[in-house]
Amino acid sequence: MEKSKYDELIKKHSPKENKFKNMIISFIVGGLVGLIGQCLITFYSSFNGISKDEAASLMMVTIIFLSCLFTSLGFFDNWVSKSGAGLFVPISGFAHATTSAALEYKKEGYVFGIGSNIFKLSGSVILYGVISAYVFGIIRFVFFGG
Amino acid sequence: MTYLYAFLFAGIVCLIGQIILDNTKLMPGHITSLFVVIGAALDIFSIYDFFVEKAGAGAMVCITSFGHLLIHGALAKAKSAGLLGLFTGMFSLTAAGITATIIFAFILTIIFKPKN
Repeated sequence: MEKSKYDELIKKHSPKENKFKNMIISFIVGGLVGLIGQCLITFYSSFNGISKDEAASLMMVTIIFLSCLFTSLGFFDNWVSKSGAGLFVPISGFAHATTSAALEYKKEGYVFGIGSNIFKLSGSVILYGVISAYVFGIIRFVFFGG
Repeated sequence: MTYLYAFLFAGIVCLIGQIILDNTKLMPGHITSLFVVIGAALDIFSIYDFFVEKAGAGAMVCITSFGHLLIHGALAKAKSAGLLGLFTGMFSLTAAGITATIIFAFILTIIFKPKN
């Protein structure tokens, strides 16, 4: 078969990725996560004695707890694969990656399974976060005085 | 108004991530690492502080804020302790997020069995 005909066939039968639909879904889902976060901050700071910064930390902890819980209950994987970047770009993706790695390696034991592999997927975020914060921190410290 | 900005900012960051995911060979792991580096880089000129002030939680929930908080904590300590502060203060602001992730992930992993 000729190469051009073959390419045409491949194109016809390969599954069509609906890029536009993916973009809309990730925009809405990501936006909703931000909106829920803002509602949580308003909710927590309505209590007496909780400052804005503490409310923000509580909001982060709440979102992390919910995504860890949903991941271990089993249905968050489905949500992440459907919504794409909408759920893995927010902090929920970090919690999801950590929990799913821990669950996957649970059968290999508590030290060499969970202990060694809990940061298998999310460790790169911490590594490159620290490295870049160190480099950019030195740049800012030297040129702008902190 | 902060609610609208929070929705729009978080949505747009996720949209950028989705465009990168669909049009390149990068995996989600690459994209989150890239976004953390971008978040730290935006903080050289305090750009991300402006986003946090305007969009509130929208800017805080995105993984870019992780890089922003790392560099912010490091620089806050560096002001009082010099260059050593970059080491002692690095995790001071992200401690809540990382500690919560480790604790909840570990406890829930012990309780639940992996599906499929």
